Order: sequence, then structure tokens, then C-alpha cells
Amino acid sequence: MEGIVFNIFKLAARNLKRYKRRTFLTSMLITLGVVAVLLFVSISGSFKVMMISQITDSMLGHLQIHRKGYLASIDSLPLNRNLSAKQVAKIKQVLAEEDAVDAYALRIKLGAMFSNFAETTNIRLNAVFPEQELNTVPLLSTRIVQGQSAGLINKGEVLIPELIAKGMKVKVGDAIVLVANNKDGSVNGLSLKVRGILEGISGPGGRDGVIHLEDAKTLLRITDVEISEVAIRLKNMDQLSQTYEALKAKLSSIKNQQGQPVFEVHTWEKLSPFYNIAKMIDLMTFFIRIMLVAIVLVSIMNVMIMAVYERINEIGTIAAIGTLPSRILGIFVVEGFLLGILGTAIGTVISLIAIAAMNAFQISFDFGRQTGLRLAPTISAGEVAVVVLTVIGIAVVASLQPAYKAAKMDPIVALRHV
Amino acid sequence: MPLVVAKNLNKTYIAGDITVNAIQDVEFSIEPASFVSFVGPSGSGKSTLLNMIGCLDPPTRGSLQVAGNDITRLDRREAALFRGKNIGFVFQDFNLIPVLTVFENVEYPLQMVQNWPVTKRRQRVQDMLEAVGMADQGDKYPSQISGGQKQRVAVARALVTNAKLVLADEPTANLDRETATRIITLMKKMRDEFDTTFVFSTHDPRVVKNAEIIHTLEDGRLKKSEADNGGHRV
Repeated sequence: MEGIVFNIFKLAARNLKRYKRRTFLTSMLITLGVVAVLLFVSISGSFKVMMISQITDSMLGHLQIHRKGYLASIDSLPLNRNLSAKQVAKIKQVLAEEDAVDAYALRIKLGAMFSNFAETTNIRLNAVFPEQELNTVPLLSTRIVQGQSAGLINKGEVLIPELIAKGMKVKVGDAIVLVANNKDGSVNGLSLKVRGILEGISGPGGRDGVIHLEDAKTLLRITDVEISEVAIRLKNMDQLSQTYEALKAKLSSIKNQQGQPVFEVHTWEKLSPFYNIAKMIDLMTFFIRIMLVAIVLVSIMNVMIMAVYERINEIGTIAAIGTLPSRILGIFVVEGFLLGILGTAIGTVISLIAIAAMNAFQISFDFGRQTGLRLAPTISAGEVAVVVLTVIGIAVVASLQPAYKAAKMDPIVALRHV
Repeated sequence: MPLVVAKNLNKTYIAGDITVNAIQDVEFSIEPASFVSFVGPSGSGKSTLLNMIGCLDPPTRGSLQVAGNDITRLDRREAALFRGKNIGFVFQDFNLIPVLTVFENVEYPLQMVQNWPVTKRRQRVQDMLEAVGMADQGDKYPSQISGGQKQRVAVARALVTNAKLVLADEPTANLDRETATRIITLMKKMRDEFDTTFVFSTHDPRVVKNAEIIHTLEDGRLKKSEADNGGHRV
């Protein structure tokens, strides 16, 4: 049997060699498709991963918990929808029971007037405990483009977004004043020193400043615990859905006196519009894959139909001398299979070289207000395997119909064919 | 016991409203190790008869036994297996596989049809190539050898499986006079050496002259069967 299989492969390979130009053109078409898919997957995938990582690791965290209704009115940063001390304690208890949770950070989100003593503007702020915040969004400190990044923030300091720093001509070390309304409507002011300038990134919260949570309590005259949101970091991003479901189940069972749920929990996907861009990228990747499938299907089927048509007499000969139909089928299926392998192998090698070259040349790009983002395309062995197996599988499927036709051919009719 | 026995053999083709009786009530038998020729004008049914004997085309009616098997009831797969085991073919256009060398062409039925072990297979192929005088051409491709050499290779391929019966449809039609004579002589030598039965369909008087039994067909009917003493094995 091994001899038969070997001979089938030998015949298929020699027939591909026999029609060199056709084999070359078809395999190049497959190569082109494979390169397009692998490069698109690697570039878009890396872009997606980079953006998601930036959003979750420097801003949102993987999940957030708010008091019910907070998110719907987040644009006005409502202080009257903050979580109470009791509610925060309950959340802490739930999070402690969840193994997938790596860290969490308590935040107060507030809006304030920002004054450099000459001009005044609006600013949105996240008030945080620095240690908690760095554990939950570790890349936040990398967004500090000027000033000291270690330790993130101390009491009496503020990190201000780039746009405000430029617009208000404020530098690191300058003194500024924040003026904010508290929950009751009274106004309070607080002098702070600019500790650093924060790079703005796309998405909600991407242009917020940062102050110490104790300063926010002073500014807002909060005496007890009041928290706007709890940002959560998971040990493994792959556990996002399960953890979300688990937290949702636990938190939604906690009801107020009216029997309504007290908390709401959201994944970063719900919180960031980039999720829709990521979905678009996934959709485009899907369509590119469909195009690859179509290219392979049409090109291989076309070539194999031609191959069968051109070799009708040969099919008649081998059938007449006793070759079983299944082996005739095998000869043509293996021919398509080898064409798929050839195109895929060349395409994969070219793609990997191109990916390595892009990394070596450190290509950068702009996204929104972010400039100089480094394109660092990567592709996993799993992704390559999926593309390779898809192409080879489709090549075999595309060969089946012509091969079946060859196997079913009447030897008499085939032998008479001129 | 005859190798081939045909009784009341009929083959009818229907193309739309037209019915063609290609073979009508033909009866004959072929003894083992004989050299038999079916002759007749074009359209007389020679090739159709050979195709039926070769399990390539089932008869419409009648009985046909080859090597003791009723071949009229074989399905497609059984027919292929039967051909692979019992029948060799020599074609007018040689029909060698262009991507295989001479050696590989002869080896093909042993490998792809009968699945012989490699050492035994290669020895057998070498023996057959020597028998047809092509042992030194084994590495060449069909495109690199002459028509006569191709037909020698085709004969070797037909005989390599120890086929009891070789069917040759106009085997000398594409060969020049001298080469045709050499091929007929070769086939006869092979018959003498391996006791294989050769059945031809032919117009070629040189083949007819060498045949021991000549069946003449006309309009699908067997008109005459005669023994030609000149063609008999001594």
C-alpha cells in the first residue's frame, strides 16, 4: 500500500512538473492569497492587540463595576451615583472570592475647573490610589511623557493631559488650582502641583487627568468612602467572559430595597468604542479569509478540470489496465493537494520574511491623535496553521469534483478521446 | 478449456432515435496461448468485440466467459480488478504514461494494480524489458524513444502481470512496415515464451498473416472463422 501511495504522489508531482507554467501561475495565485491573509492577520492582529492592551492596561482595566445607572450618565460624571462604603465593601468581598481577578482599583471620577492663575478650562479627572491603580493599569505610567512616572502620583500632585498642558501652557512643576462642585452643589478649590504630562490616547478616559484619591475627597468634601468605579485587572484576558458572567451573576443578586440590582458590571468591550473597530477588523479578516478560500477553490478547481480534460486518454489507459477508480481519484486529489502545499509553503515563507522585515525596519503609524505608534506585526503558529490547513483543505476539496469525474470516466469513452 | 467463450453475443448502442447493432449473435471461442485476429472493415465491430472481451464494455445480451469467469455481470470495480489480474492491453497509440520512464511504465501495473513487493517487482520489470529488448532504455521517457520502442514497452507492460490474455487493438497501425513486422515477431515470441493468448483487431495483412485463427466480422456479424496454417506455432 505504501508503494501505491508513493506512486500516486510521484505521478501527481510529475504531472505538476509537466505543466510547469500552469503550476507556477496557480501556485503563485495561492501564494498571493496566503501572503495577503497572513500579512493582514499579523498587522491587523498586532494593531488590535496593541490598542486593546493600551486601552485596558493604561486606562479602563479589563472590567469595571459601577453603581447601577452610573454608566448611562457617565458624561456628566454624577457624584450622586457613586458607590457607598457599604457597597464598596460588598464589591471587595465579591472580588476577593474571584480567583481570576489579579488586581482592582477604586476610582472617583470627577469634573473640575482647571486654572493656571491666568486662564481656566474644564478638566475630567480620575482620582486614584496610586498603588492600586498601577497594579490594575500598569501601562498608565508609560503614558507620562514628561515628569516623574515612578509611583504615579502623590497627594498634592496632578497629572494633566497633553492637550490641556499645551493649551494652558502648563509645565511640570507648575502650580495649578482645581475647583469642583461637590455632591451638594457647593464649590471648593484645591491647589496642586503638576507632577507630569499624560499622553492622550483614543477612547473614553484617554484625555483625563489623574489626582490622588485623598485629594479628590478633600476637593469634593467627601468624609466617608465614595467611589465612582472599580476597575479590575484579570490574571488572564482569556478569562474575561467567564469572569464577567461570574461577577454579573454574583452582583446582580444584590438588590436594593426596591428589589432593583445595585451594581452593574461591564467588560472593556462595552466601555470602549475601539471594540467596534476590533470587531470590524475581525470582520475584514474573515472576508479576507473568504477571498483566500475563493481564490484557492477557483484556481485549483480550474487547473484540475483542465488537468482531467487534457489527460482523458491517460485516464482511459490506466483504467483499462486495471487501476481502481479510487486510485484514479487519489492521483488527481493528491495533485490538487500538492498544488495547495506548494502555494502555501511559498506564501508562508514570504509572509514570515515580510513580517520579520517590518519588525526590523520599525515601521510606525498614526492613529487618531496618537502618533508614532510602532507597527510590530506578529503571527502565532496557530494562525499560520489555520491558514495553511484551510488552504490545503480547500485545495483537496476543490480537486474532488474533477478527480471524481476522472475516476468515474468510462474507459472506452476516455480511450476514444482525441 | 477455452480461455474465451462467447455465446450469442450482442451489443447494441442507442443514440437518440438511432439504434446501432454493433455486434449481433456472435459466437466463438479462443484457446489458451493462441494468436487470434479479428479482421473486417471499419465499423464491422472488431474494436467493440475486443472491448467486450477486455471487460471495458459489457454486452447487451449473450454470454461471455474469460478465464472461466462470466464477465457480463462484473461491476465497475470488479471489472477493473479482473482486467488488472487477467488482461493486458496494447493500444494503437501505445498509450504510455508520459510522466513515467520506460521502466516505471512497465512497473505501473505491478505497483498500482497488483501491488507487488518492490524487489520482486523490479526484477520482473527488468526481465520483461530484457524480453522485449528495451532493458537499456529503462530510464528514458516515452517522448525520448521511437514508436516501435514505445510499442515494445507497451507489450512489456501488457505481459508484466502474467496476463493470460493480451488484447491488441490495431497494434501496428502507427508503425512503419519494418517496425510493425518486428513488433508482430516480438508478440509471437512472447506468446511462445509466456503462453499468453494474443487477440488482435486489425486491418494489417502482416498481422493477419501471422494469426493462427482469423475471425472475419462484417456489420457486427461473424462471417467466417478460419485457421491460417502459416500462422500456427510450430
